[in-house]
Amino acid sequence: MGLASNAIDFQAVGQVFATESGPLTALDDVNLTIAQHEFVAVLGPSGCGKSTLLRLTAGLMLPTEGRVSVYRQPVTRPRDDVGIVFQQATLLPWANVLDNVTFPAKHKRGRVGALDRERAAEVIAAVGLKGFEARLPSELSGGMQQRVGIARALFLNPDILLMDEPFSALDALTRDAMGYELLKLWQASPKTVMFITHSIPEAVLLADRVIVMSARPGRIVADLPVPLGRPRDESALRAPEVQDFAAHLRELLIAKEPAL
Amino acid sequence: MSASADTPVKAPLAEPARKPPSLPLSERLIAMPVVLPLLTFALLLVLWEAATRVFSIPSFILPAPTRIIEGFSAVTPARWSAHVWATLRVALIGYLVAIAVSLPIAIGLAKSRLMSRALYPLLVVIQSVPVVAVAPIIIVVLGTDDAPRVVITFMIAFFPLVVSMTTGLMATPPELIELSRSLRAPQYREITQIRLPYAVPYIFSGLKISVTLAVIGAVVAEFVAADVGIGFFIQFSTSMFRLPQAWAGLVVLVAMSLILFQAVSLAQRLFFPWSLPKERR
Repeated sequence: MGLASNAIDFQAVGQVFATESGPLTALDDVNLTIAQHEFVAVLGPSGCGKSTLLRLTAGLMLPTEGRVSVYRQPVTRPRDDVGIVFQQATLLPWANVLDNVTFPAKHKRGRVGALDRERAAEVIAAVGLKGFEARLPSELSGGMQQRVGIARALFLNPDILLMDEPFSALDALTRDAMGYELLKLWQASPKTVMFITHSIPEAVLLADRVIVMSARPGRIVADLPVPLGRPRDESALRAPEVQDFAAHLRELLIAKEPAL
Repeated sequence: MSASADTPVKAPLAEPARKPPSLPLSERLIAMPVVLPLLTFALLLVLWEAATRVFSIPSFILPAPTRIIEGFSAVTPARWSAHVWATLRVALIGYLVAIAVSLPIAIGLAKSRLMSRALYPLLVVIQSVPVVAVAPIIIVVLGTDDAPRVVITFMIAFFPLVVSMTTGLMATPPELIELSRSLRAPQYREITQIRLPYAVPYIFSGLKISVTLAVIGAVVAEFVAADVGIGFFIQFSTSMFRLPQAWAGLVVLVAMSLILFQAVSLAQRLFFPWSLPKERR
């Protein structure tokens, strides 16, 4: 498998949930491929099935229609090479930073070995939390908590990183800083990233490609490459073609927002 | 929002510092969390003593605090400790049995919708049975030694534990359950490493309620059938019109409940400090 091989593949995927008020179509005829080590942002209004897309890839749910494959294998259960970062850091409040990061090892295998601790030190340093290993989550800021969440997802060295609006609970300044740091991490150790967001600037700053989705039922309405090289900084974001691109994304989003 | 919250704090800072501000007496009293209730209590005792003397209330209606203190010495220390131990033993065994039974039931209720649907209504029915009314029946069925008293204590202490444990086990953020599933970890570790620790604050609120209920359960059981224990002692003393003694027994019971409650709180502070609200660590 070369660089061009597909990491994630959705073929005519539909997802219908049974709810108390009848069936709810979360996804309808979604076709999507994400190449290995590509950074793809999924942009859409709330309730458009973005998170469903992520959970299908993670193997946390199975599609009611179509097929989801990761590395050409149909996803039937969670895989070892997929890491997830949630909207809230959801750390264990009783465990310090180190124990939170090594938690996947403890939870999966029942113990944390010396190698695990070495790996944890690596990822903790990578997210800039060296020296905070013994802190409890309640002693950290929201941004630092989410860094721990990212370190926990990177700990098992996944090939695919699924991020579900990871910075949406943070304030605007922290959010930008975290975006740049995520890019640095991704450039130092390339991974296939599916990044769910409802922020246009965030999608443009981070992604190679932006997928725009519509709400209920969730459909892909656009699949556009970001007209920006790498590495990226704030000045690149101010370029007119990038501004035009962002404006185009906004139009797509507004057009697809259901009229109230 | 934060700007408006800052203004009243900033305004006094802008003034030049003169002398250290002296708080009014009421503010200083509020700052003493132990002294203030003790003072109130002492004042109540003095009023009580004075009232019984001024109105010459007979001690079988309301004994003066000094008469209650005399009531303590009407019984030998050895006899007191026998009574205390009998009640404490039943309360603690019943409490431990309630914990041991409620934990697996709570795990079942939290993990299985089927079990929760099948069992929960039954639990509510059991809880609705007035234990005081069932106590004589239980004594007849199980005899007159510790066993029926433990069962009665268990019945009173059990329900708040199941409810608080089940609530706690279901309070885990769904993301952590997804994390557990995405790691394909063994099912039991979802309970032991995520759900149970997350439930600790809830479990302790149930443990605190139940430990005082356990004392009530032990006393109720002693009222029905016992020849030793504080509950028995209070009933025996009142039947002999020795009210100061009965009041002394009541004081011992209150002390026992308070100490048990504080012991549970201390256990939480010592072993699970993270589970307390921040300002109380």
